[in-house]
Amino acid sequence: MNKPEPIKSPGKPEDQPLSLYAKREPVFNRRIDGKFRRLKWAIMVLCLAVYWITPWIRWDRGQYSPDQAVLVDLAHRRFYMFGIEIWPQEFYFVAGLLIMAGIGLFLVTSAVGRAWCGYACPQTVWTDLFQHVDRLFDGDRNARQRLYKAPWGPRKIARRFAKWTVYLLISFATGGAWIFYFADAPTLQREFWTGTAAPVAYATTFVLTMTTFVLGGFMREQVCIYMCPWPRIQTAMLDEKSLIVTYKDWRGEKRGSLKKAQKSPGEFGDCIDCDQCVAVCPTGIDIREGPQIGCITCALCIDACDRVMKETGRPRGLIDYATLEDAEREKAGQPPTRHLKLIWRPRTILYFGVWCAIGLGLLFMLGTRIRTDLSAAKDRNPPYILMRDGSVRNAYTLRLRNMEGRPRQMDIAIEGLPGAVMWTEDMDHANAARTLVRTVPADETQGVRVYVVAPADTASQEFAFTLQARGDARERDEAEVNFDSPFTEER
Amino acid sequence: MANKRIDEATNTETVGHEWDGIEELNTPLPRWWLWSFYATIVFSIGYVVAYPAIPMVHSATAGMLGWSSRGELARDLGAQKNERSKIVAELAVTPIEKLPGKPALMRAAVAGGAAAFKVNCVQCHGAGAAGSSGFPNLNDDDWLWGGDLAAIEQTLIHGIRQPGDKEARTSLMPAFGKDGLIPADQIQDVTSYVLSLSGKEHASAASRRGAAVFAANCAVCHGPDGKGSRQFGAPDLTDAIWLYAGTRQAVSEQISAPRHGVMPAWGTRLDPVTIKMLAAYVHALGGGETFAPQTQPQTQAQTEPQAEATAAE
Repeated sequence: MNKPEPIKSPGKPEDQPLSLYAKREPVFNRRIDGKFRRLKWAIMVLCLAVYWITPWIRWDRGQYSPDQAVLVDLAHRRFYMFGIEIWPQEFYFVAGLLIMAGIGLFLVTSAVGRAWCGYACPQTVWTDLFQHVDRLFDGDRNARQRLYKAPWGPRKIARRFAKWTVYLLISFATGGAWIFYFADAPTLQREFWTGTAAPVAYATTFVLTMTTFVLGGFMREQVCIYMCPWPRIQTAMLDEKSLIVTYKDWRGEKRGSLKKAQKSPGEFGDCIDCDQCVAVCPTGIDIREGPQIGCITCALCIDACDRVMKETGRPRGLIDYATLEDAEREKAGQPPTRHLKLIWRPRTILYFGVWCAIGLGLLFMLGTRIRTDLSAAKDRNPPYILMRDGSVRNAYTLRLRNMEGRPRQMDIAIEGLPGAVMWTEDMDHANAARTLVRTVPADETQGVRVYVVAPADTASQEFAFTLQARGDARERDEAEVNFDSPFTEER
Repeated sequence: MANKRIDEATNTETVGHEWDGIEELNTPLPRWWLWSFYATIVFSIGYVVAYPAIPMVHSATAGMLGWSSRGELARDLGAQKNERSKIVAELAVTPIEKLPGKPALMRAAVAGGAAAFKVNCVQCHGAGAAGSSGFPNLNDDDWLWGGDLAAIEQTLIHGIRQPGDKEARTSLMPAFGKDGLIPADQIQDVTSYVLSLSGKEHASAASRRGAAVFAANCAVCHGPDGKGSRQFGAPDLTDAIWLYAGTRQAVSEQISAPRHGVMPAWGTRLDPVTIKMLAAYVHALGGGETFAPQTQPQTQAQTEPQAEATAAE
């Protein structure tokens, strides 16, 4: 074992007992307005709207299928997404989407840095929402700080109670909305309020309400810093060409207030050390310390700094989206790289290429997949039955899969096995034939047990069942099976 | 005694013991861990009070909730039985002839029969009901005593050659060779004839001689054309299925000293509903016959002492 290096807590005397536990410094981020804040608003509204509205969108699929546009029907093992219906055995579509989402994250990270963290991550969106609730109840940064330090009294209790109630309402709306993706939303809503919904609906709502309440209301940036693996992965993915929020220290240092700068011009940089960038930061970091894991690149500090620069009559962009490479170029007095060039480079092209290839592959499979499927399982005990007239009977369980949202007539046929005929349990042996017609209900799998009887002296061999949905020649599937017999070829 | 001191490198107190210069830091458990531990203790006290926990000599403490795994099983079984009771009640009042007219009930009966078959019947007839030498294959379309639902039910209730059951299906094929009823050479002749009936051997002088022996001794039960008789459980000698074996040796042995299978009368062991379900299952194995009045079970079979050749195949 390595000897643990003594950790020095800043501002504490050396001889104080050392703790590996860093107490959370509460974040009271100041309200700020600016172009990135407005972008953040827009994305937040969009994300929340998508989350809350999606389950309520209706999509007509005819009388046999649910009319919810996006539905994960676990009970019936179907996944509906607008015009697409996925059966469990087609789960590779979902896997493909997940891979695309993963590569999409890589693509976004290599193109525009931690944009996901800063704008679209649910943790960011909900934390942002809860911080606005804070502001609504307790006022802006200073007021919240005062209230935090104030002793518990009736006023503080009342305020906290009211605020946490709103937290809880938002959390409940969040957790409650989740379940609507898994059942018919209007029905489930009715059942939910009348107490007749499935217990799992209540349990899920409760668990997600509590996680939203705790993660969004209290843990906030700690999730990003301590719990989430994604920032750690990103540290490995970012390079000198990645867009990150950069404090241009060559321009800002040495920091000095306006007064000092006026007293001795030329000695100080553009940073007036007003700490506005720290005040507005939702994760409570100081961006001037350089790139760090706590920075989700939400760019609120850019908004704050730009305003200060404007007020003090200095050029904007002391803190700005910039690659490390560009920061160096700018320092050396060269023009920054063009935006397109920042995004269009081998790494992003590679990610984009892979991403597109998977997407096109999925689309191709989606376009060419058929909605008819046949599988056959042979009875193995006994493998064959000798009949009175010397003919040989084998039994099979066929599963006819009609993956379309309407009942379809399908022809089952024997391919190969000369002279063989088949019949099913529910029909008369006398009507045995080489083809049978079944109507398979909409969006269902029908199990059919068939007896295949081949003339005396038929040897063991392979043959196939074919399933052909009427009306479309492409909708055909076949299943190869063995036919067992006591007779051998020689006879 | 313990010589506690503060370790310089880590600022942590030592426990105060030293072994050859090695000391141990006194690192208390994390608070959350400690409280979780206390919580589990509190939980365990509640658990011990509520549930069976402390083992005694013969049993364990009962717990205030009165829960036991045996009781839970009984409750589950009771619930299952309750769920089945409607089907069982309907089966009990439905005559087996009416079963094909109620597909849902028939399906339930077949499913129940499959379970009962695995418990009671597989020992002789095999897991796939394919039987073995001397134990009939129930999947095929060859029935010694009748293959419609009522005939199968009758066979199940009273058994075959079950001593003590007056309605059991009974027949006895004489030991033609062992008891000297037919001379040995004629037994070979009649074997040739029997084998020629199903095409296993070609007609020959021996089989032609055997035909006369057959007409005199065997046709009473097996019929003049060898097609057998369900009245006596006499097998059809013209088909491809042989209860024992279709070889020359096996057939001549069966004529000379026949073996007779016995099936227990399940009416004394199983309830009528289970038997009905078993009949439905066996009937559904692929060889069941549909009802025809002429194949009604012959319940007076045992009153035919003159019934001779039987169970030969």
